[in-house]
Order: sequence, then structure tokens, then C-alpha cells
Amino acid sequence: MNRLSWFNVVSLTLGFAFLYIPMVILVIFSFNESKLVTVWAGFSTKWYGEVIRNEAFLDAAWVTLRVAFFSATIATVLGTMAAYAMMRRGAFVGRTLFSGMIYAPLVMPEVITGLSLLLLFIAIGLDRGVLTIILAHTTFAMCYVSVVVSSRLVSFDNSLEEAALDLGCTRFQAFMSVTLPIIAPAVIAGWLLAFTLSLDDLVIASFTAGPSATTLPIKIFSSVRLGVSPEINALSTIIIGIVTVGVLVASVLSKRQIAQARRDEAMADQAEG
Amino acid sequence: MVNEAAFHPWDDPDATPLIRIEGVTKTFGDFTAIDDVSLSIYGQEFFALLGPSGCGKTTLMRMLAGFETPSAGRITIDGTDMAGVPPNKRAVNMMFQSYALFPHLSVWDNIAFGLKRDGLDRDLVGARVDEMLKLTQLGKLARRKPHQLSGGQRQRVALARAMAKGPKLLLLDEPLGALDKKLRQETQFELMDIQEKTGTTFVIVTHDQEEAMTVASRVAVMDQGRFMQVDTPDRIYEAPNSVYVADFIGDVNLVPARVRQLRDAVMLDWAEGKRFFAKPVGDLTVGQEVTLAIRPEKIAISREVPEEPNRVKGKILDIGYLGNLSTYHVELPEGPVIKCEVGNRSRLSRRDFSWDDEVWLSWSDTAGLVLSS
Repeated sequence: MNRLSWFNVVSLTLGFAFLYIPMVILVIFSFNESKLVTVWAGFSTKWYGEVIRNEAFLDAAWVTLRVAFFSATIATVLGTMAAYAMMRRGAFVGRTLFSGMIYAPLVMPEVITGLSLLLLFIAIGLDRGVLTIILAHTTFAMCYVSVVVSSRLVSFDNSLEEAALDLGCTRFQAFMSVTLPIIAPAVIAGWLLAFTLSLDDLVIASFTAGPSATTLPIKIFSSVRLGVSPEINALSTIIIGIVTVGVLVASVLSKRQIAQARRDEAMADQAEG
Repeated sequence: MVNEAAFHPWDDPDATPLIRIEGVTKTFGDFTAIDDVSLSIYGQEFFALLGPSGCGKTTLMRMLAGFETPSAGRITIDGTDMAGVPPNKRAVNMMFQSYALFPHLSVWDNIAFGLKRDGLDRDLVGARVDEMLKLTQLGKLARRKPHQLSGGQRQRVALARAMAKGPKLLLLDEPLGALDKKLRQETQFELMDIQEKTGTTFVIVTHDQEEAMTVASRVAVMDQGRFMQVDTPDRIYEAPNSVYVADFIGDVNLVPARVRQLRDAVMLDWAEGKRFFAKPVGDLTVGQEVTLAIRPEKIAISREVPEEPNRVKGKILDIGYLGNLSTYHVELPEGPVIKCEVGNRSRLSRRDFSWDDEVWLSWSDTAGLVLSS
């Protein structure tokens, strides 16, 4: 291992400080006894208790999770189908136009996406609530899923699917039993991305949410406007905790997978000899 | 091997071919991949489609498998017209060039894949997979995943998977292309063994002429979407019907010449006042421009003036020592350079010839072949 030069140490320190000091402050103040966010008055976990007892927060969290789950699932099915149609079915009329159009919402400002969806829901007389947020999130998450899945399909060996057809599968069976299991990591990554995007989203959700349903980001945003309370800090710390655990688990799993792949390669090399 | 000597269904007018390709053409846009070809392949044959890349051999194979449909013409397998029959409904299986093993399934599940599609009984599937594992000597590796196998083992899994359903016809797309030379030679004989044991009809696509000659009962030499010659390996080698085939298969000396006399032997002028003799083939006319083809191993090299009717004197330009053989490139004063191959039969033979030596080359009047196209 090379020793780090003083320049590298400084730049690392500054970089990480820039990234993490705001979060560290947020976490520290979530354990503050005082109701005033900026004045330290001793250690306490009472705000966590407050959060858990706050029904409005819990409701919003539940709505957010449901919206994220359903929109991610629908977006994954539709996005995978779109990616598959574009990558596997060769050239069809309007393919370039279609593949260009599916990526357009990626660069579309969220405000515009949200506004146009709002106008659509009003026009067709759909009451705004959980359903409209799910529909809206599906719409924009689908593009992300389709980008992730098609980048995997580019390197997918077409002869695998032909082999499945050759061995007696119909096109649908070949997709389900060969293609899908092989591209599963990309499909799962697409689902996770869609899920995270939906959890995160404030702009589109605030256009399409109605009085009957509020997501957590909307809830947090609107309560901050009435003044930051330590309760919000506690809630945010919980979210940071969940995300951290998720990232750690994912990195441990992928490390294990790499180690397994190395062992397999060694095994194949031995078999060769 | 006794059976093999008697196996000539293509010469028997009463034999019914398993596959009939009748006037098949395949075009992709402006490009004609297959140009009006007809061919019969018989049951239990080991048939090779041989040609350079882009000659249409793979397209023809994919039409047999059902991945491409002919633009014109008809393909029948066992008497059934294959038009509109999708790949999954054909009694044809294919071994893919890249093997196309399913990476998420074990060796066992790869082989069982097609059998499970047929809705076979669990025990029957198991028995058949075990049979295939035994045939391809993969028994110990059944639980491994494809990426845990060496190249040769993967090749055997691909073969076992394609054979498992007991197809009437097995298609092999460059099956040994990914293996190194030594393993490839071993595997060729394994393939022939398995083909003989199971009696399945094999059609192999390859660009490797040695491989085609080794494994096949008949070879179709292809170029630009057409068959140049369809024949047994020995006829392809010893009696090529064109310069293209003679040049594509093995090493050959090609000398342009003009027909001078047609008697029991053809007399050819190949340079001012210089003549060669060869056996007549096909219709030749006096004065016709032809090519004389002679295989290097049919030419003798000597210091003394030889007895043979065809003899020329020249100077050694190059000597290639290949271990089992030595190749001499001899330049004739008239211009052409003739290659001559001599087997190194004794281990410690002294070098008879050296660079710039004057030597005689000679061959019999049956050794050369007169080709008019």
C-alpha cells in the first residue's frame, strides 16, 4: 500500500468534510434535548419517540413505501419490456424515434413532467391520491429502468435465446427461462433505482398528491416551512441509518460475489490442466 | 469401419434423403447470401459445409434450424416441408459456435433443459441426462456451472445438450473453433465416435478444411452462396472440379497451360516448347486455356534425371522443415515456382539438397489434373 502524500490527505479530508459535515450535524442535533435546533442542551432520544408516535409522519411514510413499491414494480415491468423490444427485435419502423422518445423524460425538468401529469389527471377527472402518485412515478421511473436494462441487453448473447428456442421453447418461454434470469441483476438494479427515485421525489409528488395522500418528502418539506423541529432531524437520521445499512449489505454481497467468481475461475483453470 | 466403407447412400438412386434443399435462395436486402442451391443429405451422414467466412454456410445452417426462412425454394426434412415451422417445432438441434450454454444453470440443468420442455417424466429426464453425461464423459461435472468449466468441457456440454432430445439432425456451427489445435484434433475423433454411436445425422459448418476432411462423409465446398463441389473428402482432394476447390483444399501447384493434343493423355503447352502430360478430365478442346493442378506431395525431387514423362529442372529457392515433412520451393527458369513435399522417413537422414541446388522435379502423367475452370 502506498502512503498518501500530504496533498492527497488534505484533498480527501476537505472532500469528505464537504460531503458529510451537514449530515453529521443533522445526526448530532437529532439527539439534542432542546427544542431549539441550533442550541445544544444535552443528550436525549426523546425526539425519536416523538417521531414514532407522530401518526402523520407514519401515514406519510406508509404512503411513500406503497407508492415506491408499486410504481417501481410497474415501471420495471414496462421498462424491461420497452428495453427488450428496442434491443432484441432488430430494426422496426420508427425504432430510432421510439428509443429517443423513451429517454426524453430523463432530461425533462421535473416541474414540467409534474405539471403535465397534473393537467392530464384533471382532464380525465381522476381524483388525486395514492393512485395518481403511483402513475406519475411509474411514468418517469420507467425511463430509468429501460436505460439500465437496455445497457445490459447490449452485451447479451443472442444465441442464448436462440438455443432456448432450438431446445423447444416458445419466444415467451425463452424470455422467461433464459433471458430474464440472466438479465435479472440489471432488472433488480432498475427496480431499486425506480424505488429510490420514488422515495426521493418531492416535485412530481407535490403536483400529483391530493389531500387524501401525502408522501414523506412532502410532509418533511411542509413541516420544515413551519420551522425545523428536532423531530425532523430524528426522522432524517433514521432514513440515513436505513440507507447506510442497505449500502453496506450491498457492498458485502458484491465482494462475496467477486470472491466466488475468482474461485470459479481457479476451478476452471484447474479443470483445463 | 467396415460399415463406413459401404456407406454411400448418395450413390444409390433408391435411397431417400433425410434433408432436401430444393432451389433455395436467401437474400438480405440487396445481398444474396444463398444463391439457388439444391442438395440432398442422407440419414446418418456426417456432412460438412466448408467455405470462407461470408460464403453463406452459416445462413444455410440457420435455415435448417429455422432461424432464417428461405426467400425462395423449399427445404424438407424427413419428407415434411419446413416452411413456417418454427425452430422449437423442428426435430433439429443446434450446437452453437459460442456454445450458448445457459450461465445460470448447472451442467445437468443445461442438458435437461430441452427434455423438460417436452414435458417428459422426471425419471426419464434424469435417465436421459445421465446417459448424455456418460456419452460425453462429463459425469463428475454435472453440478458445475458453465463458467467453472474449461473450453473443452464447455464444448462437450453444448454437444450433450444438443444431443439430449435425440434430434433427427444435429447442426454444429464451428463446433471446435474455440479450442486449441491439439484439443481440436482429439475432439474431432470424439465427435466422429459419438456420431457413429448414436447414428444421428450431423451437419457441420466450418472454415477449417482439415476439420471438414477429417470428420465428414461428404463435404460441400461453398463460395459466394453457391456449392462449388459436393463430394467425399478424397474426391474433393484428389479430383477437384475447379481451380477454386483445388486451391481451397490443401496445398497445390497451379500452372496455366494450353491444350496441345488430346490422346490417351492430354499434352499441354505451359511454356515455349515445354510440355506436360496429364490424364484428360471432362470435355477439352485443342487450344483451350486450362490450369494444371498438382499436389506438392505427388512431385518427386532428385539430382539425377528422372524417368517420369513430366520432368523439369530448377533451382531450390526455399526449404521449409516441418518435422514430418520438408517443403522445397523450386524456381523453374521459365518462371513458375513449384512446391514439392517430401516425407522425412528416416530420423537421421542427411540433407540431400541445399539452397540454390539444381534439382529435377518429376511426376507421373496421372498425378496432375487438368482444370478448365
